[in-house]
Amino acid sequence: MDGIADIGGMQGWGPVKRPGDEPVFGEQWEARAFALGLLSMRTSGTNLDSFRHALERQSPMNYIADGYFGRWCHAAETLLVDSSIIAAGAVEARTRKLRGETVEEPAWPEPNKPDYAPTGAGSLREVTESPAFAVGDRVRAKNIHALKHTRLPRYVRGREGVIERIQPSALLPDTHATFEGENAQHVYSVRFDSHELWGPEAEDFTLNIDMWESYLEAAS
Amino acid sequence: MSAVEERLPIALRTAAREQLLVEKGLVDPAVMDKFIATYEKDVGPLNGAKVVARAWTDPEYRKRLLDDATAAIAELGFKGPQGEHMVVLPNEDTVHNVVVCTLCSCYPWPVLGLPPSWYKDPAYRSRVVREPRAVLSEMGLDLADDVEIRVWDSSSEVRFLVLPQRPAGTESLSEEQLAQLVTRDAMVGVALVAAP
Repeated sequence: MDGIADIGGMQGWGPVKRPGDEPVFGEQWEARAFALGLLSMRTSGTNLDSFRHALERQSPMNYIADGYFGRWCHAAETLLVDSSIIAAGAVEARTRKLRGETVEEPAWPEPNKPDYAPTGAGSLREVTESPAFAVGDRVRAKNIHALKHTRLPRYVRGREGVIERIQPSALLPDTHATFEGENAQHVYSVRFDSHELWGPEAEDFTLNIDMWESYLEAAS
Repeated sequence: MSAVEERLPIALRTAAREQLLVEKGLVDPAVMDKFIATYEKDVGPLNGAKVVARAWTDPEYRKRLLDDATAAIAELGFKGPQGEHMVVLPNEDTVHNVVVCTLCSCYPWPVLGLPPSWYKDPAYRSRVVREPRAVLSEMGLDLADDVEIRVWDSSSEVRFLVLPQRPAGTESLSEEQLAQLVTRDAMVGVALVAAP
């Protein structure tokens, strides 16, 4: 989807933070949100791609305002509610209760997890067809505006690059995220010239990004 | 939506979800504690630093690392979530690699642990794919004009580790001493490794 998570190339964020020493978790709740995020995927019968999709489905304003672990918290909740593991409004009601309000909590729902199971561990999958592209081929990222999840960001769509290396084939996040199949494909590291992406005035550099085969078409 | 809606305190909201899931027997707090302890204590940039120091001192290991990073890193015992397939990017005199994940904050957990706040910040995610030289300079790394910058956006499950250059004047240091010099920032590509 053309959502808030697809942030590459957006302007206006100001200076980048200077690196420094920091604890792994700044606050205790972040550690709990981290562990709960991982476990909520398992509990809701979803997967990492669904979790990324739940992150990008948060409202843009909340996505930014909540910060990294804040959106982890809300995205995990989204997955749990989607799978009817917890009722909509249940976490909110419990939160209010914890701060001393008198609230009625919704009943536990009947779980309704996705009827979907991965064919193996992780995301790497064998693909029997030969790769459509070879190292050195010129390709163009298709101008696809997916309605749901995708790993094809806006900033490369319609741009031409060169296949630099063939990565291990993998299931397609676009359909895996929404339980519509693994659709394993070849994956390529495509190198783009900075000026192809950002115009003649851009800094000189190259940008590599991994693209699933269905994101690409041949360019002359 | 015209404004950010009123949000309940996130710490309390997280606690509420934990309480609900634990009550229902769906989550074991001891498992949560274990996950947290793993990334607070056991898995962090020291792992990656050991990989880098080995590559600096053992040419055969370096070759294996560049050939099949996943296997070479596993030789040192490092593998797990977010390290399913690793690629190591060697810096050279005139090539500097820098890694980002614009779409979320994908990061090679087995060798670097969880990502630092700047890596997850919208400013880094949005800008390093558009003006890396300016971004690196803001972060304290001014590269010479003849250094080619290569930016890697981690859009698939492949995870990248930058192999920094070994600083001059470290010939007498042991592998363990070298590992102490290697920083997380250098292995993401936003810093160089400095001599002691």
